Amino acid sequence: MATVQVSEAEKVYILHGVRDDLRVDGRGCEDYRHMEIETDVVSNTDGSAKVSLGHTDVLVGVKAEIGKPRPMVPHEGYLEFFVDCSANATPEFEGRGGDELGVELSNTLYKVFNNRSSIDLKSLCISPGEHCWVLYVDVLLLQCDGNLFDAISVAIKAALFNTKIPKVHLSENEEGGKEIELSDDPYDCMRLNVENVPCIVTLCKVGYRHVVDATLQEKACSVASLIISVTHKGTITCVRKVGGGSLDPESIFETTETGKRVGKALHAPLMELLQKEENLGKKRPKVGFLG
Amino acid sequence: GEVERVNKLICVRPLKTRFNGEVGDVVVGRITEVQQKRWKVETNSRLDSVLLLSSVNLPGGELRRRSAEDELTMRDYLQEGDLISAEVQSVFSDGALSLHTRSLKYGKLGQGVLVQLSPSLIKRQKTHFHNLPCGTSIILGNNGFVWLYPTPGQQDEEAGGYYTSLEPVSLSDREVISRLRNCLLALAAHKVLLYDTSVLYCYESSLPHQIKDILKPEVMEEIVMVTRQKLVEQEG
Repeated sequence: MATVQVSEAEKVYILHGVRDDLRVDGRGCEDYRHMEIETDVVSNTDGSAKVSLGHTDVLVGVKAEIGKPRPMVPHEGYLEFFVDCSANATPEFEGRGGDELGVELSNTLYKVFNNRSSIDLKSLCISPGEHCWVLYVDVLLLQCDGNLFDAISVAIKAALFNTKIPKVHLSENEEGGKEIELSDDPYDCMRLNVENVPCIVTLCKVGYRHVVDATLQEKACSVASLIISVTHKGTITCVRKVGGGSLDPESIFETTETGKRVGKALHAPLMELLQKEENLGKKRPKVGFLG
Repeated sequence: GEVERVNKLICVRPLKTRFNGEVGDVVVGRITEVQQKRWKVETNSRLDSVLLLSSVNLPGGELRRRSAEDELTMRDYLQEGDLISAEVQSVFSDGALSLHTRSLKYGKLGQGVLVQLSPSLIKRQKTHFHNLPCGTSIILGNNGFVWLYPTPGQQDEEAGGYYTSLEPVSLSDREVISRLRNCLLALAAHKVLLYDTSVLYCYESSLPHQIKDILKPEVMEEIVMVTRQKLVEQEG
């Protein structure tokens, strides 16, 4: 992750500010920065979304391909995640520098989605044991200003909401093998139910309190953070601790409660916004990358 | 960019550029390296600026020749990551700036907030150190780095910039500093020239809004429009 240097006096200032619930930019400990979401930005994917949270920019594209289901679960499709930290984000990501962070992010995403209820995988099945939909979720980091996990998870939720998977018809050909036909109508597609897709909330420990959506300066003052993925009902699907510092067990409980509260509050306005954008239909002005 | 014409010579000042220092500019910089007899300071210019050991004030204000011992205790004074305010003494042939802190108003900076903006937005004025009436002080560095800090109370300056107070800053001061920071970002986003009057007008027109709302695009536009109007009225 990109790092900035802070002097000792600045660290003290930030610590005292967080203790008084007034951060450097006037936010409280549980406030997010200004977030902008736009879906359907990349035309040759089945679903895409671009999220900018403060100065962090993330682009997610979802492509649906037909593949063989996993042998243990023949009735389900699956998701594949790939995170690319582009050198655009910071000079540290030049060459192979961004690979380590990319792998860490992908592994976390696998953990987050590794449960029965996030996405209805049975709906991705075409013929059990033979064909299923595989959703390749590709994440591209364009700019890095702290709080990557949150931005990525919101972008994935928006992209999955925007994904249009074409409907398939199974038919038998002469030799008795199955043939798959994709319908020709571009509007004849299946949408995914993203109600249960979790959102990730990163809580950084600064002093004795935790802050949501830390900027790079606040990150430089924190020694440990907790990454929690929360669904809209408040269920936690994954908890991870990053950073070299230690966390007190009681404070972990408090932190997860805060994370649940913040995560729950994030889902409802997000779904509302996505629905509104969808309802604008073809007529909405596309901003894309130039806005 | 901005065009200047002198007879047949045309100069263009770009809107977004690295800092090109001149002798006498006040800068706010961050120490990146501690070398043998100098510190390397990052000032948003093409090359890191240089702060020579002979250009800083020793503790206690002594005037003596710098010895080998002074070299070894350089890190006690300024470490990597520390912020300083300094003046440009001269420019090396390769374009790097040589800084000095040989006055009591320059030196290591204590608690406060740094805002990084484009150097072309800072207006050149007589003085860049201002004590704003709202209760905080501001240093508008020519290199685009602006430092906001709570106005120091009555204290004797014999420490000469060595002692940084780590006392907690009061909540009211913090609110003013956060509000000013957001105002600076709003003005910079709308390319308004920054000097003490414009910052003050922006602060006043932002008072009806909550501090964290100032960064929303709609609120930003509104505040900057009111500020522009006030500035035009003041000139007219």
